[in-house]
Amino acid sequence: MNQATALGTNPGAVAYNEEIVKKFVVAATFWGVIGFIAGVFIAFQLAYPVLNLGLEWTTFGRLRPVHTSAVIFAFGGNIMLGTSFYVVQRTCRVPLFGGPMLANIVFWGYQLVIVLAALGYVLGITQGKEYAEPEWYVDIILTIVWVLYLVAFAGTLIIRKESHIYVANWFYLAFILTVAVLHIGNGLAVPVSLTGAKSYTVASGVQDAMTQWWYGHNAVGFFLTAGFLGLMYYFVPKQAERPVYSYRLSIVHFWTLIFLYIWAGPHHLHYTALPDWAQTLGMTFSIMLWMPSWGGMINGIMTLSGAWDKLRTDPVLRFLVAAIAFYGMSTFEGPAMSIKAVNSLSHYTDWTVGHVHSGALGWVAFVSFGALYFLVPRLWNRQRLYSLRMVTWHFWIATLGIVLYITSMWISGIMQGLMWRAYDSLGFLQYSFIESVEAMHPYYVIRGSGGVLFLIGALIMVYNFIKTIKGEIRSEPAYEQAPHAASAS
Amino acid sequence: MKHEIFEKNVILLAIGILLTISIGGLVQIVPLYTMEQTIEKVDGIRPYSPLELAGRNIYIREGCYNCHSQMVRPFRDEAERYGHYSLAAESMYDHPFQWGSKRTGPDLARVGGKYSNDWHVAHLIDPRSVVPESIMPPYAFLAKRELSFDDAADHMKTLRIVGVPYSDEQIATAKEDLRIQGMGEAGGDVEAFLARYPKAKIGSFDGDAKKTTEMDALVAYLQMLGTLVDFTNVDPETLYR
Amino acid sequence: MANVEKDALTGTETTGHSWDGIQELNTPLPKWWLYTFYACIIWAVGYWVVYPAWPSLSDYTKGVIGYSSRAEHAKEMEAVKASRSEWLGKFEEANVSDIVKDSQLLNYAMAGGRALFNENCAPCHGAGGQGAPGFPVLADDDWLWGGTLESIEQSVRFGIRSGHEEERVNEMPKYGVDGLITKEEMAAVADYVIGGLQGDGAGKTVFAEQCAACHGEDGHGLPEMGGPNLSDGIWLFGAGKDAVLAQLNSPKHGVMPAWQGRLDDVSIKQVSIYVHSLGGGQ
Repeated sequence: MNQATALGTNPGAVAYNEEIVKKFVVAATFWGVIGFIAGVFIAFQLAYPVLNLGLEWTTFGRLRPVHTSAVIFAFGGNIMLGTSFYVVQRTCRVPLFGGPMLANIVFWGYQLVIVLAALGYVLGITQGKEYAEPEWYVDIILTIVWVLYLVAFAGTLIIRKESHIYVANWFYLAFILTVAVLHIGNGLAVPVSLTGAKSYTVASGVQDAMTQWWYGHNAVGFFLTAGFLGLMYYFVPKQAERPVYSYRLSIVHFWTLIFLYIWAGPHHLHYTALPDWAQTLGMTFSIMLWMPSWGGMINGIMTLSGAWDKLRTDPVLRFLVAAIAFYGMSTFEGPAMSIKAVNSLSHYTDWTVGHVHSGALGWVAFVSFGALYFLVPRLWNRQRLYSLRMVTWHFWIATLGIVLYITSMWISGIMQGLMWRAYDSLGFLQYSFIESVEAMHPYYVIRGSGGVLFLIGALIMVYNFIKTIKGEIRSEPAYEQAPHAASAS
Repeated sequence: MKHEIFEKNVILLAIGILLTISIGGLVQIVPLYTMEQTIEKVDGIRPYSPLELAGRNIYIREGCYNCHSQMVRPFRDEAERYGHYSLAAESMYDHPFQWGSKRTGPDLARVGGKYSNDWHVAHLIDPRSVVPESIMPPYAFLAKRELSFDDAADHMKTLRIVGVPYSDEQIATAKEDLRIQGMGEAGGDVEAFLARYPKAKIGSFDGDAKKTTEMDALVAYLQMLGTLVDFTNVDPETLYR
Repeated sequence: MANVEKDALTGTETTGHSWDGIQELNTPLPKWWLYTFYACIIWAVGYWVVYPAWPSLSDYTKGVIGYSSRAEHAKEMEAVKASRSEWLGKFEEANVSDIVKDSQLLNYAMAGGRALFNENCAPCHGAGGQGAPGFPVLADDDWLWGGTLESIEQSVRFGIRSGHEEERVNEMPKYGVDGLITKEEMAAVADYVIGGLQGDGAGKTVFAEQCAACHGEDGHGLPEMGGPNLSDGIWLFGAGKDAVLAQLNSPKHGVMPAWQGRLDDVSIKQVSIYVHSLGGGQ
């Protein structure tokens, strides 16, 4: 390893645009904390409805999109944009295409979209489609920003000095292109007037439902999966200082993943008024998607082969690897839940919420934390993080939080599903709906507590970053060095 | 390795990606528009009245879909709890659809007519005053705020662009229809209104006849949900697809 | 390809490229991974053969078993009906008074009625029928429209001010708003009513002239026309003089939906019998 005094040293002397990555890192960290706070707050609203505060702006209905958009698009989005700009420059050995100006427009445009969207939700401006709530004017701004983002990213690929495009960039490119297609396809709407916020979607009813979950499922597939796999393909081999496990696997799982994922949307609509044939396609493609999804897990985890011992001494790597483990778990649970018999129980329940969070907290957030811990000392040219011990604390506190979250949601979700279909000995419904609501209370409290732990972990990270950026180093016992240094250097 | 052509050419890689991701969506979405049996042929489905439309927009604005589905699945327990399973036809004029994905609260696809207006108002103002175990947020402000829907006709014209068959008459009488549905005879010709919007519920939903509030609109919407199709006249086998 | 090396730790060859120091191994696809993937594909193809799956622009492949989720549901509901044959037929034929005489049928009525009540009635009338302001208590012996089994069944079936053709309906005059009696008379009769209908003052005269026709001369109510009992200390729209005055001035009228059409005939009988059992069924 090129163990220079400062981690950010750039021996190739290419003038990478790292200022823009710094901005995205700060923004991602900021929005992450906001999104986690919003999540914790709305989680406790479900346990203690008095927290709706009796105000129209603070009801669960208006704040839930604030939480989902903040964590997916603000936190996750800034991570994606920031890391893609970092990765594409270094794996192409050229500075970002379009120069600092284009990058800055993308950055500030994206932040503007986030702020406009969130303000809209609180004020009641929403398209009423999950994960696609922003109204038409925000959609248009986002479309422009996204095209500029594509120009900067793909432009960098075009001017690259490496002969081949690295696998991380395939995933990033698929993410950018597909999200554009999804966003435009699902966002088609006609505004009532050009001076008002309200619009009506072009599609209606069953076609709108299918379009929405084509979008919604692939927001998961391409934003939270393909995009973050791109991230993984850079940061895991970097942090582990090991070569990627299998080039061939990366080819096969890339193309199969992006081909199959698109078809999985109808599994969100099992047993609805969506025709049976479409439900069949949704389920079967979700099952076929299982192995392509796991291809990413294998390539991530197996990249550590020969370097497992680093997990004991490198808490940043631990984040990355735990993320891959959660990814493997979620991408197994997902196909399982797409089976119609399972879905008939799980749909409409907290099980789905738990599933999403095992992916969102365990995979997306953890792999993002890993990347952030990797990036901060390098971008700010520090010798190392302020404290590695604090990374470990963050890891265990957050992991405990996730465990509380997903186990409580498994229990509450399965319980809801069973209570709704429970019959007494004479064949009558055993429980009224409201009894199922009442039974959820303890699990909602536990879920909220899990969220608090996750938030505390993130705050520890923020503190660690501030100290790192200030250039301080905490005096703490160092982790013992691995018995043999990695040979890849 | 053949794959090199993608690894060395950004444009080819991008085209390859776009082709690969286009197939699934096209195969799943396009036939829903072209296949006739997708929307069941049943009588009674009509566009929303202006007041119901205003209520529906409030439903969307408040994010009710975050906790309430409007989609009864064809299961025994759902039939016994909520009623007949939902048809695609019943949401054919829903821009956007509001089937929902989560039941933190109960399904609302057939809530219309299940409770009295008084109950809805009491429940929306303070859910726990009537259902102590409820975890729903309170919506007292809806009862205080006068409905502002002067541009109802513009909304209906926009919906006509995206395929809702509002007639010229319905658009012309939008304002009048808002009044009639919110105040009954005092607002205009009730019979003509009901001819335009069969089965619409009429009256001062929140008990205050002097003004039409957002509460009136929301309750008018809730009270019509799932009431348009008379399933005693539907042959179930015509619904299979 | 340049720079193909052998990775020292695994012994696998690299592809010879390096991006920012990252190399790739040329490991073959894991066998278990590939075969599981194939198995999933084969399973999916099999599923497409059996179930409705592939669309054209006008139709779709129906699958060899002709499955339809809605047809399955219809079958399930038929099976439920069949499993209830023991009592369902008797329920359809018998009236509520006869049903409660048969202990086995009563058992079904109570169990089914409980489930129906908790899902449909409890939101207004409370989980145990304890009521809420404006929504009558069902667990006591004060019945606005009568507490016999038949009366309860009629209320459930057709509702109260429900808009159904056979609804139960009455309307208390707006004594204040419409100026039917003076302010003084209103105050007097309100005092008389909250005073337990005692004494011989002006209040009694007003009561006899204006109220007795519906509420009964003794104020004990006339359930056949839905006139509430004013002598039992149970107040639907609030106790006390102000509440009584408000009701005299511009009365509130409760609404109960008609359940005919929403619930089937048997369910209506079950829930009526259950309600009758809650408190003071007559």
